[in-house]
Amino acid sequence: MYTTATHAHDDHHAPTGIKRWLYSTNHKDIGTMYLIFAVVAGLVGGGLSLLIRMELGEPGVQVFNELSESPKQFYNVVVTAHALLMVFFVVMPALIGGFGNWMVPMMIGAPDMAFPRMNNISFWLMPPALILLILSSVMGQGAGTGWTLYPPLSGLAGQPDMSVDFAILALHVAGASSILGATNFITTILNMRAPGMTMHKMPLFVWATLITAILLLLAMPVLAGALTMLLADRNFGTAFFDPRGGGDPLLWQHLFWFFGHPEVYIMILPAFGIVSHIVSTFSRKPVFGYLGMAYAMASIGVVGFAVWAHHMYTVGMGVNYRAYFVAVTMAIAVPTGVKIFSWIATMWGGSIQFKTPMLWAIGFIFLFTVGGVTGVVLANAGMDVAMHDTYYVVAHFHYVLSLGAIFGIFAGFYYWFDKMTGKSYPEWAGQLHFYTTFIGVNVLFFPQHFLGLAGMPRRYIDYPDIFAEWNLVSTYGAYISVASSVFFLIATVIVMTSGKKSVANPWGEGATTLEWMVPSPAPFHTFEEQPDLTSGNPVAQPAE
Amino acid sequence: MTTTDLKRRNRRTAITALTVMGCMVGLSFAFVPLYTLICQVTGLGGTPQISNGEERTLSTEEITVRFDANVDRRLAWSFEPVEKSITLKLGETGIASYTATNESYEPITGISTFNVTPLKAAQYFTKIECFCFTEQTLEPGQTVDMPVTFYVDPALLEDELAEEVRTITLSYTFYRTLDDVEDDETDTISTRETKPILKLSAAALGGS
Repeated sequence: MYTTATHAHDDHHAPTGIKRWLYSTNHKDIGTMYLIFAVVAGLVGGGLSLLIRMELGEPGVQVFNELSESPKQFYNVVVTAHALLMVFFVVMPALIGGFGNWMVPMMIGAPDMAFPRMNNISFWLMPPALILLILSSVMGQGAGTGWTLYPPLSGLAGQPDMSVDFAILALHVAGASSILGATNFITTILNMRAPGMTMHKMPLFVWATLITAILLLLAMPVLAGALTMLLADRNFGTAFFDPRGGGDPLLWQHLFWFFGHPEVYIMILPAFGIVSHIVSTFSRKPVFGYLGMAYAMASIGVVGFAVWAHHMYTVGMGVNYRAYFVAVTMAIAVPTGVKIFSWIATMWGGSIQFKTPMLWAIGFIFLFTVGGVTGVVLANAGMDVAMHDTYYVVAHFHYVLSLGAIFGIFAGFYYWFDKMTGKSYPEWAGQLHFYTTFIGVNVLFFPQHFLGLAGMPRRYIDYPDIFAEWNLVSTYGAYISVASSVFFLIATVIVMTSGKKSVANPWGEGATTLEWMVPSPAPFHTFEEQPDLTSGNPVAQPAE
Repeated sequence: MTTTDLKRRNRRTAITALTVMGCMVGLSFAFVPLYTLICQVTGLGGTPQISNGEERTLSTEEITVRFDANVDRRLAWSFEPVEKSITLKLGETGIASYTATNESYEPITGISTFNVTPLKAAQYFTKIECFCFTEQTLEPGQTVDMPVTFYVDPALLEDELAEEVRTITLSYTFYRTLDDVEDDETDTISTRETKPILKLSAAALGGS
């Protein structure tokens, strides 16, 4: 155990037991807690999606009749909880809190985050937020608003009891956690890089985390403001979104999507960073077009703030406004294309090893591209009027999130597993997990494109018989994915308890970032004396 | 760099970051009046213009204005236009009238929202006088005429995106005002009790 290791001789001591975790100010321990938290929330969120798919496996209302007196409301509650869990309690904690905390300080050669105690409160705000969210779905009639919480459905007229208030407070607390975390990352990355590591020499995952943190800092407060208005409308008699008092429900949609669109980039940018490292490592080549990759992420972040109304084509915007939002949305495909092609160019001519992390990374690139293409289709206001709120949209955002962000998380998990645990993950187990998941999620989500094109709307518990076949296929896909996840959980527990010991750098010469300098598992304290990079990267092999 | 230097720099960066956050929260609230202003100036979302008495020209082109009326289900009023539509020249002042009747046994205050379709014509639809600018209180059983005077700006003809518009629909929706709802304790939406969503089966609670 590395907690009891070599540091007894100086003033640092590693606390043990519950104090180690509850009072933790160590970036690695906090990262571990974030990852475990994301797994727990992922199990709940994944369980809810299994409920949804079981219900939709055949026409009629079957499963939810067993669970609730008002099955249709409860279906909406489950959909809402699934979405909020996956966005705020799985993807964000895993990518930003988990891998960000673990790897960013090591990658820039810093001893820890800039504000270790603030890091502690960032994490410990998350469990109460999760509890509030769970309460929102089991108290009263449950919050069945969808993650977008549109009024008037989320107002007193739509959902009068306390459940929506719980959901609002859950997001407030989770948002506070994210903002504190973002402040911490920005400060750490700007001020605590090792000597010689200029901004333009930072690893791409650090770039991705920095841009994500800036997006969080700009977007999250707008959600907080909008949620406060909604809370006041519901409880204190204001009328921000209520026409009876001079408000406008559409105002919510503008505020929400001004947060909501950057939010989708917040979820995907860290995965971009992880995939860049993996593709480079397993092609044994430096990443193609490093600066282009960094600035592509930055421009995605900037333009991401100017496209929000493409979620609102059907609200009755003028044709000029729609034309603008179509054009800017399509423009985001350019930096995204730069990234996709740079990954391919990194692989081109490389000495590629198809190890588990590389499989997940390539899977990410392929599936994210599919999701990106359907995104370009939906960016067209004319097309979107037909596709709006159909399963085509559901398929699109699950390809970029469920198959994009989640593949990014698994890629990072297998890439850094040795570094985090000191054990080596057996190739066969990782690959079996990858192939079953890849098949499962594609069987699950690809047919939803067909359902959407045929006109099946989202957010309903039932559907006409004509949609039955593809829905059944989709549900089988969910069963495959769940089986794959169960295998992953069991395999991971076995490997962590009785796996083979790993080495400092299991991936060889392609892995050039600083975290591969330290032993595996990474000691409790690393880089208390910052490495000097002024005369080149100490890990990198000489070029050519 | 010494530790105290780093601490000072870190604190400065964090304060900057948290200031940015504070500004964004402020901006989200500042957007509320800003949004109303943007709608009024640009006609976004079909918001018609309000006349400030400026000169206008008269055109020979004619346009039809249709009148639509809606009532929120929580407001016990009937509310209808007197005539379904009128045809007038661009720039000519039109007068239309709605009638509203309070069908309940108590005085009720209502306020209406309004918009114009097609949305792109909204910036040329100018209201001179309208009942929708103020709250309206009706005594039980009272019926009133609610006039609206307006004109359609001939500048419509010079807008290449809107020049083909020859029919405009003016729509109103009446709501009971929030203040009025608060004074009325029998209003249903002030009850926040609902049935619990989950079936907690007897078995799960330890029954047979």
